[in-house]
Amino acid sequence: MRAHAKLGVRLRPGAQDTPRSHVSRLRSHGPLVLRPTGERLPGWLSRWGADPVDGVTVRLAAGAAGPLGGDHWRLDVEVGDGAALQLGAVSASLVLPGAHAARSLSETTISVGADAMLVWSPAAQIAAAGCRHAGLSRIDLAPGARLCAREEVVIGRYGEEPGDFAQRLRVTRSGEALYDQELAVGAASAGWNSPAVVADRKALGSIVVVDPATTNLDLFTAAVSPDVPDTAVMRLAPDAVLITSLAPDMISLRHRLSTTFAGFAATR
Amino acid sequence: MGTVQTGTPMADLTGLPALMQLADGRFPTGGHAHSGGFEAAAQREGINDLPAMEEFLIGRLRTTGLVAAAFTAAACQYFHQAMAADQGASLLDRLAPLGRELDARTPSPVLRTVSRRLGRQLIRTGRVVWPHQGLDRLASVPGQGVHQPVGLGAVAAAAGQPPAHAAVAAAQESIAGPATAAVRLLGLDPFAVNAVVARLGAEVVRVASEATGPADGPASALPASAGYLLDVSAEFHATWEVRLFAS
Repeated sequence: MRAHAKLGVRLRPGAQDTPRSHVSRLRSHGPLVLRPTGERLPGWLSRWGADPVDGVTVRLAAGAAGPLGGDHWRLDVEVGDGAALQLGAVSASLVLPGAHAARSLSETTISVGADAMLVWSPAAQIAAAGCRHAGLSRIDLAPGARLCAREEVVIGRYGEEPGDFAQRLRVTRSGEALYDQELAVGAASAGWNSPAVVADRKALGSIVVVDPATTNLDLFTAAVSPDVPDTAVMRLAPDAVLITSLAPDMISLRHRLSTTFAGFAATR
Repeated sequence: MGTVQTGTPMADLTGLPALMQLADGRFPTGGHAHSGGFEAAAQREGINDLPAMEEFLIGRLRTTGLVAAAFTAAACQYFHQAMAADQGASLLDRLAPLGRELDARTPSPVLRTVSRRLGRQLIRTGRVVWPHQGLDRLASVPGQGVHQPVGLGAVAAAAGQPPAHAAVAAAQESIAGPATAAVRLLGLDPFAVNAVVARLGAEVVRVASEATGPADGPASALPASAGYLLDVSAEFHATWEVRLFAS
C-alpha cells in the first residue's frame, strides 16, 4: 500500500493578536491517520518559553496494520517559523512481513522553521520476525529551531528474533548534518547481536535534543547514574545532546530514557 | 583459494607495497594504542573466547567499519578529483563535508576526539612517507585535524591508491586493531586470532565494495550504520582509571 500524508503547522494571529500555532494543513492517507488531540504540551516545554496551550499536538493513529511488506508510507511535515508542534503516535507500530516477502519503507520528512519547536515522539517500532523494513526519519532545522526527537525500537516481540529491520534518523541544520545514525538488525546484518551493536538487548532508544540556549543542555549531567545502565549522554555539538539507551525490554528502556531526560525536563 | 596468476604483469603490482605498508599494524599512526572498543566490550559484555571475539569483529566491521571504509574511499576519490581538477586548490573544500558527516555519524565525543587524533597522526606520517602537496594542505588546517577515515583516504591517495584499495585498508583496519588488542587483553592464541581475521577476509572485501559504491556521490549519501554499544561503552571506558588502551 502506498500512502502519503501531510501535516503543516503555522503561526496565526489569535485572540488579542497573540500569535498561536494552528494546523494549516492536515492530509491523512490510508494507514497514516493524523489526529489533532488538543492536548497540552509537556510542562518542560516552558523551558523553551512555550505556553502549554499555544502549541499543537497531533498524533498518528494506525488506519491499518503494519507497515507490512510492500508498503511505502510517506509523511511530510512542515512546522512554520515560530510555531510549536508535538507530533506523536497513539500507539506503537508492529512492523510485519507482507504476503510476498516484499520490503516495506517508511519515510518521514520534517522541516522545522526558524525559532519553531518540534517534539517528535513516534512511539515504539516493533520489528517482528520476518519483516523486511527500512525506516528513514529526516528532520531539518532552521536557525533558532528547537527539537526533542525520541525514537524507540523493540528488537523482536517476546522470545522472537527480529526480521531485517533498519531505522535511520538524520537531523540536519539548514541542510548540514548534525546526527545521522542507522540501526540495522536481523539476519541480513551479520553481527547485529554482537557486543559492538546491540548484543542481547531487546530495546534501543535515542533522544536528540537541540537547544540554541546551550546552558539548558548542561542540565544533562555527563555522568549517567549507575542505576541507569547501558545509557550514555553525548554532546553532539554545543547546542545538541544525544541520549542513547539499550535495555532488555521496552518498559526498562522507557524508564532509562525518561530518568536520563528528567534533569532537563525538570522545569524551573 | 583463487587462481594464482603467475603471468600478471609487474605493472599491476606497483601499488601493492604501499598498500601493504599502509595496512600494516606497525605503520606508525598511533593506532596500536587503541583497541577499537574491544577493551570496553571485553569487560562490559564478558568477551573471553575466540567465538565471542569473532562476533564482535563482525559487528564492528559491518557498522563503524563500513562507515570508515566508505569515508576513506570517498576521501581518496575526492583527493584524486581535486588533484585532477585544480592541483588540489579545491581539496579542503571538497573534503569538508566528509568531516561534518563523520561528526554526525560519531555521536560519542570520546570517539570523535580519538578519530581526529588518529587522523592528524596519519597525515603527519603520510607527509613524510609519501610527500604530497595535498597532504601539506591538510596538515595546514587549524584545529583538531581531520577524522581518521579522511586522513587514511588522503594518505592512500597520496600513495597512489585507488578508492577501492583505500576502502579495503580501512575495512581491514577496523578488525585488525581490535584483534591485536584481543591477543594482548585476553591472552588468546595469536595464531587462532589471525585465523579468524583471515576467515573474515571475504567479509572485509564485501564491506569494502559496498563502501566504494557511493564514493562518487555526495557525503550525505554515505552509510550511517551505527554500533550503539560501541558508543555507549566508549563513554564508560573513558572514565576508567586503569585501562590498557586509550579507546
